[in-house]
Amino acid sequence: MSRLKKSFHIKARDFIRAGEASINVQNLLKSMDFDPRLIRRVAICGYESEMNVVMHGGDGTLSIEVDDEKLILKIVDDGPGIQDIELAMQAGYSTANDDHREMGFGAGMGLPNMKKNSDRIQIDSPKNQGTMVRMVFFIPEKGITN
Amino acid sequence: MTLSEIVKALDATLLTGEDKLNKNITRCGASDLMSDVLAAVSEDCVLLTGLTTVQVIRTAMVAGVGAVVFVRKKQPPQQVIDMAREQGIPLMSSPYSMFVSCGRLHACNLTGLDGRR
Repeated sequence: MSRLKKSFHIKARDFIRAGEASINVQNLLKSMDFDPRLIRRVAICGYESEMNVVMHGGDGTLSIEVDDEKLILKIVDDGPGIQDIELAMQAGYSTANDDHREMGFGAGMGLPNMKKNSDRIQIDSPKNQGTMVRMVFFIPEKGITN
Repeated sequence: MTLSEIVKALDATLLTGEDKLNKNITRCGASDLMSDVLAAVSEDCVLLTGLTTVQVIRTAMVAGVGAVVFVRKKQPPQQVIDMAREQGIPLMSSPYSMFVSCGRLHACNLTGLDGRR
């Protein structure tokens, strides 16, 4: 049964507000008394994917859904999509520009970080149809932990 | 070492975090790449960086960083200081370079994020 479902808007190229959606999710999960380590993993994945949308994507949403066993983080945007997902998953591969690097991002660590911190990750990015990243985090006491 | 000892070791100016000067810090990370900070075990560490954008504070919030030091006498915009104050993240600015700041904290027995010296 769903305990929570909430969505936050992400605006492309808005580097000042980038990360706000993930901080909102972090605060929501804190208020629900989840294990701080689990919250940290979800927040890191949210933040990395939010930065990806702001840097490379179109406008989008970040949504969190919580049930008794797991948390699902879903990031959807209407940008140009990821040309080569396999390549993008490799640590160090990046299509970022100098503006992105000035913000401390664009080192090709985003997707590898998201894979490392989530229990399941699914990326759909059909050409010119935007990108959807869905990550699952099992709640340690109740669900599968690996 | 405590945050107040870090302020002394780096001849730093505290920008916010007066109430956390007794906080104990054992690990230090130095990076201008926020993804590296997010990828490492950075909870409760002191982060040395030359970046002064709001993304440093958001990274610190998400990763649970204990305190942030801006090296090379860098002064963040007021908006960044206000955000850190709201979130209870201590900030300081040191006149030393990244290299010298790291050396000074290493000499005070701080370890890297992975616990190594």
